[in-house]
Amino acid sequence: MERGYRKRRTNRQIPEDEVITLENVTKSYSTGAPALNGVTLHIKRGEFVFIVGDSGSGKSTLIKLLLRELVPTDGEITVLGYNLRRIKHSKIPKFRRNLGIVFQDFRLLKDRNVYENVAFAQRIVQTPTREIKRNVPSILATVNLAGKYKNKINQLSGGEQQRVALARALVNKPTILLADEPTGNLDPNNSWEIMKLMEQINENGTTVIVVTHNREIVNAMKKRVITMKKGVIIEDEEEGMYIDED
Amino acid sequence: MRINSFFYTIGQGFKNLGRNKWYTLASIATITACLFLFGLFYAIITNFQNVVKTAEEGVSVTVFFNEGTSEDEILAVKSDLEKRTEVREIQYVSADEAWEGFKEEYLGEYADGFTENPLADSANLQIYLNDVSMQPALVTYIESITSVREVNRSEVTATTLSGLNLLIAYVSAGIIIVLLLVSIFLISNTVTMGISVRKDEINIMKYIGATDFFVRAPFVVEGILIGLIGSVIPLIIIYFVYTHVITYVVSRFTMLSSLLNFLPVETVFNSLIPISLLIGIGIGFFGSFITVRKHLHV
Repeated sequence: MERGYRKRRTNRQIPEDEVITLENVTKSYSTGAPALNGVTLHIKRGEFVFIVGDSGSGKSTLIKLLLRELVPTDGEITVLGYNLRRIKHSKIPKFRRNLGIVFQDFRLLKDRNVYENVAFAQRIVQTPTREIKRNVPSILATVNLAGKYKNKINQLSGGEQQRVALARALVNKPTILLADEPTGNLDPNNSWEIMKLMEQINENGTTVIVVTHNREIVNAMKKRVITMKKGVIIEDEEEGMYIDED
Repeated sequence: MRINSFFYTIGQGFKNLGRNKWYTLASIATITACLFLFGLFYAIITNFQNVVKTAEEGVSVTVFFNEGTSEDEILAVKSDLEKRTEVREIQYVSADEAWEGFKEEYLGEYADGFTENPLADSANLQIYLNDVSMQPALVTYIESITSVREVNRSEVTATTLSGLNLLIAYVSAGIIIVLLLVSIFLISNTVTMGISVRKDEINIMKYIGATDFFVRAPFVVEGILIGLIGSVIPLIIIYFVYTHVITYVVSRFTMLSSLLNFLPVETVFNSLIPISLLIGIGIGFFGSFITVRKHLHV
């Protein structure tokens, strides 16, 4: 178990294989205690990391900071070489194209079909139409949805919708996949199916970070587990377990 | 930006109209209603101004000259007055023309008893003005000319028309501003509501890595299309209403039509078309541009 994450580190040279670096990051909102308080964290390329903790522990704030939806109040965040405190607004889209994002509520475009939802991510990075027509069926086959590419989103089950979201997150071949409670709205079978797909994606070299409450999955998968409580990392363990603090 | 991405964003703007049918219909209906009212009022005001302008054009100042003033001297005054900004047109009426006119109008066959022109000193200048409100200044100038004996003008008509003109200008400006503000408020609200409902869609685009332009372009195209449709519909309605109303009034109320000189529909539409399109498209463009911007900081 690695401890002492709150110790201040300054002028540290970021190793080449490190894709995410947080140094003493604090995020405070206008009222109440800081959502994140002096968090230091390093994640290497190709890692599979679970971030666990109770509600209000700071997990969601951490994800928002990694997405550059929020800016830290103090400390430095570097993701794939981008300093997220100093990044220009105009550079944020380019930075985000290195990330694949999966949400608990899927966040699909409900007025478009499966193919259009996935192709949309490619349109944004200005992939030529010829390539989109090749890439989208291929990624839909990876998530076992090749036969449903014409279906509207509301014609799909929760598990299928999450697989579309996963396909959309992966189609641009991201370096990092961020998943915020990806199994939160799914039954156990679908949850496992999604996690197996993520494991497969990770085996192909993508760094995967999963924020979850799903104790069973975390404990079964034997991956790095970062446990948060009240805005600080209280435990960071390779092949860790999600232990009930109470 | 790649050319296929450019056409994609334009195409998405068109598709959005169909994807959000109710929002599209509500927005078009709001713009149509507002611009219909605006256009109708604009047509009425333009016609009213035309009536006053026609009346103004008939108002003239008549200048009589001292006994013995030669025709050359009068024509010299005429050419001097023609250079003034107040003057639209000057007609020279010789003593003979004045007598002929008088005979024709008042004497008829009884005029045969006159062997000489009793209006020998009545050669005059009929001056028509560009703007009746300028009449006092012009009259003051003419009265200062030494060869001028008398200046006839209708001060009451000039003052009334001038006042009426000013009143119409103020009232129409006031009503048009109020109508425009109400239109802008209603249309912007509809556009804002329509886009706010799709806040999630904008968020998703931003999370995936869409640039502000890529997010905004389809909404702006959609806004422009809605504005365009919403301004063309009332123009078509007003065109038919206007032409039918004029035909009806002219055929049913001949007295009224002889008093009122209705403007041809083309004249009204020469200015109404660009104004309506500018308002409709302008509000569609800026409404969507500004509203989307509110949601871009994700």
